[in-house]
Amino acid sequence: MAQAQDRKLAAPPVNFETQPFWDAAAQGKLLYKKCAACGEPHFYPRPFCPFCFSDKVEWQEASGRGTIYTYSVMRRAPVPYAIAYVTLAEGPTMMSNIVDCDLDAIKIGQAVKLVFKPSDSGPPVPMFAPA
Amino acid sequence: MSIKGKAYIVGIYEHPTRLATDKTVPQLHAEVAAGALADAGLTKNDIDGYFCAAGDMTGLGQLSMADYLGLKTRHIDSTDVGGSSYILQVGHAAEVIALGKCDIALITLAGRPRAEGMATGTQTRAPERPMPESGFELPYGPATANMYAMAAMRHMYQYGTTSEQLAWIKVAASHHAQYNPHAMLKNVVTVEDVVGSPVIADPLHRLDCCVISDGGGAIIMAKPEIAKSLKRPLVKVIGAGEAPKHQMGGKVDLTYSAAVWSGPPAFAEAGVRPADIKYASIYDSFTITVLMQLEDLGFCEKGQGGRFVSDGNLIAGTGKLPFNTDGGGLCNNHPSNRGGLTKVLEAVRQLRGEAHPNVQVKNCDLALAHGTGGSLGTRHAGATVIMERE
Ligand SMILES: [Zn+2]
Repeated sequence: MAQAQDRKLAAPPVNFETQPFWDAAAQGKLLYKKCAACGEPHFYPRPFCPFCFSDKVEWQEASGRGTIYTYSVMRRAPVPYAIAYVTLAEGPTMMSNIVDCDLDAIKIGQAVKLVFKPSDSGPPVPMFAPA
Repeated sequence: MSIKGKAYIVGIYEHPTRLATDKTVPQLHAEVAAGALADAGLTKNDIDGYFCAAGDMTGLGQLSMADYLGLKTRHIDSTDVGGSSYILQVGHAAEVIALGKCDIALITLAGRPRAEGMATGTQTRAPERPMPESGFELPYGPATANMYAMAAMRHMYQYGTTSEQLAWIKVAASHHAQYNPHAMLKNVVTVEDVVGSPVIADPLHRLDCCVISDGGGAIIMAKPEIAKSLKRPLVKVIGAGEAPKHQMGGKVDLTYSAAVWSGPPAFAEAGVRPADIKYASIYDSFTITVLMQLEDLGFCEKGQGGRFVSDGNLIAGTGKLPFNTDGGGLCNNHPSNRGGLTKVLEAVRQLRGEAHPNVQVKNCDLALAHGTGGSLGTRHAGATVIMERE
């Protein structure tokens, strides 16, 4: 049993493209982009569709439900942490951390739910905890 | 147009240092260039093409290196895709030599992360300026080890690969390294040693990781007429392929590498199949890197890599596919955190018959070098080169 502890998070670099994403994060919302031309969702969000290159992409709010695609617990760190790829219920897979859990009990395929953790003088960062 | 047989590898050199506390990076570049020139029987002013990956220096470092070395060339290339850059550059050098844009190309690699105390695998390395993905990755602590570990974890989940199977890759490398006087890790290890070593990032153990070393190496390539006028055994490039792989807009799949795209064109150009390859240099940043690339290059079926590498199948003399007979990145060296160039060097030694007698593959006339630069867990470039002894 190794309970995940909160650690100091580097502030994500924010720019014009990603400001709406981080503004929403401050409101507790996780956004992704969906293409109106081809219908594909994508992540990380861009101002165009990486599949068909249309610029008709719209911000969408994710439900916050997902499953763990893969993960790894970094043991060689001042505070061990679990990095993961989480597949959102809406389709795209995003990099994240699995938090508020026993690091030794994380499993691929496990259902997780969205939580936010504060970053070091930046916007809060979307992470996931066991559902 | 094909590069098949249009360019030869005429000079190679591997720096013997593994800890360069008393040498600068440019000095290491110069020493490996001199070593390869001596091996080829050429002089510095014969070089008319220079390849130096941008990441081996900072900024416009390649120009500074051309200046420092006193090179006057008619072709330059600073392509940088991480550790596989040098394998990819062999392909690029063959292309420009085939086109007559240069006749004698020099490729150098040098670095000293060990002397600089770099925690290569376990620290998040933020880029100087943010990349488009930076905000969506840096807060989560992506280092090198945990990125490759996520690929290993998924491979285990999907195909039943085990830590013991991955360990066989280190075991094979260590069997080879015992004969390399320059290798950092010369002790033969067992599967138990590997799985019993401390976990760095689940499921990868300390001994699943490559070494952190200083040093470098150089390659000199030339057009056929020049190669045939020199006194070294003739080793020619007969096929090359390269491809990037990334997160695909969120359709992430970590169970395969870019080798699925770089391998087939290289084999097709060479006109050979994986079963024809007598010796393979396979980039070994981590054990999982080797396993995945072997599958993706077609040495075994997808998902069967664990079984393929087990029971010494990669050990020279006993296994079906001898790999990394210098000890590779897992045991010998990983200069500048980049193992692509040394992969080419050992393949050339094998083709020349100049590998250590205890690991020399008999009648080694066809060899492959393949690398993964960047990260298996996010974005990387695969590069494949197939070489033949004439
Ligand atoms: Zn689209």
